[in-house]
Amino acid sequence: MSDLYNVSSSPHVRSKDTSSRIMGLVILALLPTTLFGIYNFGIRALILILVTIASCVASEWVFEKIVHKKSTINDLSAVVTGLLLALNLPPTLPIWEAVLGGIFAIVIVKMMFGGLGQNFMNPALGARCFLLIAFAADMTNYVIDDYTGATPLAAMRNGEAVNTMDMLIGKTAGTIGETSAIAILIGAIILILTGIIDLRIPGTYILTFVIFIVIFGGHGFDWNYITAQLCGGGLMLGAFFMATDYVTSPITPNGKILFGICLGVLTGLFRMYGANAEGVSFAIILSNCLVPMIEKITIPRAFGIVKEGKKHE
Amino acid sequence: MGLMTFKGGIHPYDGKELSKDKAIRELLPKGELVYPLSQHIGAPANPVVAVGDTVLRGQKIAEANGFVSAPIYSAVSGTVKAIEPRRVAVGDMVNAIVIESDGEMKEVDYVECEDVTTLSKEEIIGKIKEAGIVGMGGAGFPTHVKLSPKEPEKIEYIIANCAECEPYLTSDYRIMMEMPEKLVGGMRVVLQMFPNARGVFGVEDNKPDCIAKLKELVKDEPRMEVAELMTKYPQGGERQLIYAVTKRAINSKMLPADAGCIVDNVETLVEIYNAVVFGRPLINRIFTVTGNAVAEPQNYNVCVGTNYAELLEASGGFKGECKKIISGGPMMGFALFDINIPVTKTSSALLCMTKDEVSEYETTACINCGRCVEACPELLIPSRLADFAERGQSDMYEKWHGLECVECGSCSYVCPAKRPLAQSVKTMKKQVLAAKRKK
Repeated sequence: MSDLYNVSSSPHVRSKDTSSRIMGLVILALLPTTLFGIYNFGIRALILILVTIASCVASEWVFEKIVHKKSTINDLSAVVTGLLLALNLPPTLPIWEAVLGGIFAIVIVKMMFGGLGQNFMNPALGARCFLLIAFAADMTNYVIDDYTGATPLAAMRNGEAVNTMDMLIGKTAGTIGETSAIAILIGAIILILTGIIDLRIPGTYILTFVIFIVIFGGHGFDWNYITAQLCGGGLMLGAFFMATDYVTSPITPNGKILFGICLGVLTGLFRMYGANAEGVSFAIILSNCLVPMIEKITIPRAFGIVKEGKKHE
Repeated sequence: MGLMTFKGGIHPYDGKELSKDKAIRELLPKGELVYPLSQHIGAPANPVVAVGDTVLRGQKIAEANGFVSAPIYSAVSGTVKAIEPRRVAVGDMVNAIVIESDGEMKEVDYVECEDVTTLSKEEIIGKIKEAGIVGMGGAGFPTHVKLSPKEPEKIEYIIANCAECEPYLTSDYRIMMEMPEKLVGGMRVVLQMFPNARGVFGVEDNKPDCIAKLKELVKDEPRMEVAELMTKYPQGGERQLIYAVTKRAINSKMLPADAGCIVDNVETLVEIYNAVVFGRPLINRIFTVTGNAVAEPQNYNVCVGTNYAELLEASGGFKGECKKIISGGPMMGFALFDINIPVTKTSSALLCMTKDEVSEYETTACINCGRCVEACPELLIPSRLADFAERGQSDMYEKWHGLECVECGSCSYVCPAKRPLAQSVKTMKKQVLAAKRKK
């Protein structure tokens, strides 16, 4: 018995997919949006993006150093959080506030709950809501270069007309990454084609939201209004990139659908009746909190298990 | 019409090109052969020979101990050298009969059957039972038990499991290419016992040559047909195969017979044919030696009891440094720390790999991505079940249907965090079932 070979429980082969590869693909899918944001808002946007990413990665590294954990920055999840947070910030935000946002996202929302996979709330959105409350004026200051400041959603709220073509392309005021529906959709297609996400969450989210605003929006079935609502604010970015965050969304197939419905209803509610024109961030983090309950009531029936009471056809 | 299949599953690298075109070779064993008394599900067999006895090829050396058990035959002529515990593929020491071959292969005279069609159901079952036939796809369930369902008239399908979805294995493929008549003959014998059943050969569509051969052979068999299945692992899993062919779903508490089905592996059907027509017991099997650490991958017709090391030697030994040896396929096979174990009725392959993918990857945190959920053919949530298993929460484990796991390993394969999901889920399943038995 001089030669002992490796033993382990089956299976003995593994796919090539890794967590960092998935994160890398998410970053790739965010590139169109990121590049458009920089093109639209200029060098200021680029600086904010770099600073926020650096803040997130550094926070994770330092936190893990302090608590003597192995560094996990190579899994790229902190980069994704930083990038998503930056895309959710107005291009005018003071740099130090962005840095604080990055620290909040990683340390408070993610690491305090146990790090990757354990946080119950999307770190980027948690931080965005923190900044919205702490620095309300700075976080809603969209006055930059060509734009007078009113986002399309705010303008619509005040009864002004909006140009839906500009909204599709993204030539409007807003946060760095939310303005261009087309850039976001290109990213969404990348995510879907590479199998990172499926349409269960974003599909039901958008569908529910459309149904909600057709019924309660006061405009009936008006294509212009619906398109403007869909392209305005953080809906597209939220639906495809943040509601689909693996960690903070249900893992059960039916749970994903229920989660999408919750998101659609809450977003509609916040946009129609809330104090703010925007509601996506709050809808997502609130729904994040519902995930454990959603999963509990959507435990799938295993293959071949017949529903109680239907046992004999 | 789309190809028949099931929901979930994975597409691992299949490695079949290494050995698929190697015709089956006869391999005569040297030295000693080892016959574990337990190479089937059920009670271990009782030895009927003593140390020092001389035996012939085809002579019974251990008899079945009860209904759910199977007799064992010597595949060589020689002398009984010892009856003692020996190491088997799963790592246990099992009581075994050790026979020193005299190299002459003197064989028992078998009683052939002139006309199988005159045999009664009981006679056929008796022959199968006497031949020691067990499920040769790996489970090792005694075939005569499987063929004795409570309500035989309710059996509507006899499904030949020709999927061979496990990567690298090519023994079933070679059988279908080289002796499809025996496979069809075995099916004919089984159908004779079940007048209300149809015989279906379920073959994955990555074996078009087998599909063509079988279709040609069943052309004039009104009760048989060939079902083309999507190439996907675990297409050959019993529940998945039944679903693909009949759209009937069974769970862990049901038998295939509850869905009107009996599923037999390719080689099992061939052995049924040999037993009923030629009166030959199960003493040989087709075996694949393959993997990138093997000099010349081959398919062998090998005597049960042969040492794996002899098979490796016949295949030219190692090529490069071998890191991992597996008995069976990479998805459900057993890793061996030592190659000196015998071929049993259920051994299908010896797979040697220069890379141990499992030890190369580091386990990271679960990101809840749901890939395991998409892959699970039993529609479970493997990541949650693994969590419950790690925390010992058996109540939650059962509530989330953990006992339905078929241990196919698809979840571990797809996991980007490289968690040993299947291992956790299987271990918990054993514990829960053991606790239930105690009650």
